[in-house]
Amino acid sequence: MSESSASGIIQHFGTKRLLVNFMNFLASVGAPVLRFMNATGKLTYFAAQSVINCFLPPYYFRSVIRQFGDIGYYSLPVVGMTALFTGMVLALQSYTGFTRFNAEGAIASVVVLSITRELSPVLAGLMVAGRVGASIAAEIGTMRVTEQLDALTTLSVNPHKYLIAPRIIAGTLMLPLLVLLGDIIGVFGGYLVSVHMLGFNPHSFLSQSWDVLESMDVISGLVKAAVFGFIVTLMGCYNGYSSGRGAQGVGAATTYAVVSSSILILIFNYILTQVFFS
Amino acid sequence: MTDLKIKMKDVHKAFGPKRVLNGFNLDVPKGQSVVIIGGSGTGKSVTLKCILGLMDVDKGSILIDGKETANIHGTERSKIMRKFGMLFQGGALFDSLPVWENVAFGLIHGQRMGREEAREIAIQKLASVGLASQVADLLPAELSGGMQKRVSLARAIAVNPEIIFFDEPTTGLDPIMADVINDLIVKCVKDLGATAVSITHDMASVRKIADKVAMLHEGRIIWYGDKSELDNSGNPFVDQFIHGRAHGPIMTIGAAQAA
Repeated sequence: MSESSASGIIQHFGTKRLLVNFMNFLASVGAPVLRFMNATGKLTYFAAQSVINCFLPPYYFRSVIRQFGDIGYYSLPVVGMTALFTGMVLALQSYTGFTRFNAEGAIASVVVLSITRELSPVLAGLMVAGRVGASIAAEIGTMRVTEQLDALTTLSVNPHKYLIAPRIIAGTLMLPLLVLLGDIIGVFGGYLVSVHMLGFNPHSFLSQSWDVLESMDVISGLVKAAVFGFIVTLMGCYNGYSSGRGAQGVGAATTYAVVSSSILILIFNYILTQVFFS
Repeated sequence: MTDLKIKMKDVHKAFGPKRVLNGFNLDVPKGQSVVIIGGSGTGKSVTLKCILGLMDVDKGSILIDGKETANIHGTERSKIMRKFGMLFQGGALFDSLPVWENVAFGLIHGQRMGREEAREIAIQKLASVGLASQVADLLPAELSGGMQKRVSLARAIAVNPEIIFFDEPTTGLDPIMADVINDLIVKCVKDLGATAVSITHDMASVRKIADKVAMLHEGRIIWYGDKSELDNSGNPFVDQFIHGRAHGPIMTIGAAQAA
């Protein structure tokens, strides 16, 4: 074999190996991208189906009312406690920080704006994601595993209408109400600490809070809450509906529901803040 | 053709590389009870799910009353679903609803019947499967396995379906309760004049509820005949299955590995 043909063979195999490595690299990048696109497509289709079924008859009013109770009423203690202690901590932290600049007078403004614009909707969303999102995913996931979803279909009932639409309607409508109550309780927490621990004048705290508050502060928080309610119930339903088999599948669905809805809440909080206040 | 309630022709269904149904053909005559037998994982449940529209088929035809139903959805599927009743293997009762509401579910939500009227019918159906009216207000979790099967059977027949499907109706029951459920199945199907399609491993159940038997193996029906012909089928696969032999043409996992 001549020297030139040997080097040609080496070059040929070198190029082939390079090509194989490059294709392997492309495959390792492409596979997760394709998986992500597939999951996004499925979620978008599921969300569209769910929203459409919220508006199309038949309507299951009894289920909607039951979900109002499960999602709204039973979340009130956890949301109320979160808002109360957040308001109290906020007043305390603001006081210790603001005394360095002789700006203690701004505590009422900081408490009321932080609670209504950000803390109440975000914390309520996250708490409801933990309580309600997990519960929805576990319930629907168990129904999937025990063939109850198939049973609904064989009884001529659309699971999207009977199970998912009532939860999405209740989540989207009840979270703003919870946040409104959370706003009041959170400001009340700040008031308690400011007046009873830090010696602020109650009248001036309330009047300052009222003066600084604009309707958009409350409205933006309520709109955020409605979006977060939609996200929490949608992710709970989606993960439960597409749950894998067995206890492990339901466990994984519950985890995905809480994690994905928490992340989406934080992302959409930024987007909505940008829309409202930039 | 007109006497056939269900006709499945050249049905294929695969999950990834695994072909579950591979040219599946089955005729179910009107008013008869057809039982599909076959080993675990041969595609019996998939067959039922394909007929019920819970799964789409990859290829093939499923005619119900002469009308094509393979892969149809929406309103057309809803119309066909009204002909069906189904008894699931695990019961699939809705655990958040009381027994009577489980039984009346298809009437209330599928047929939009008033709750009072539906409750009366549910109690009648519970009586027809041997359950007293006191059971009506209990939750499914408060019932024994046999009672749950009866409730599930009552739910399956509550809407007076034309076709009833039974997925392993006696699994998990003691032999006496299994025989009671078999008797109830025969009685309910006869009373309604319905067509029945069942899948089971339980040969006692086959002998009790079947008019015709179909043996499923490797994704297709390899034997089909009257119940009376079952013991003299001349088919080594059927013989091995009905006598429960480990050795024969049907390779179990252990036998396949040894070979």
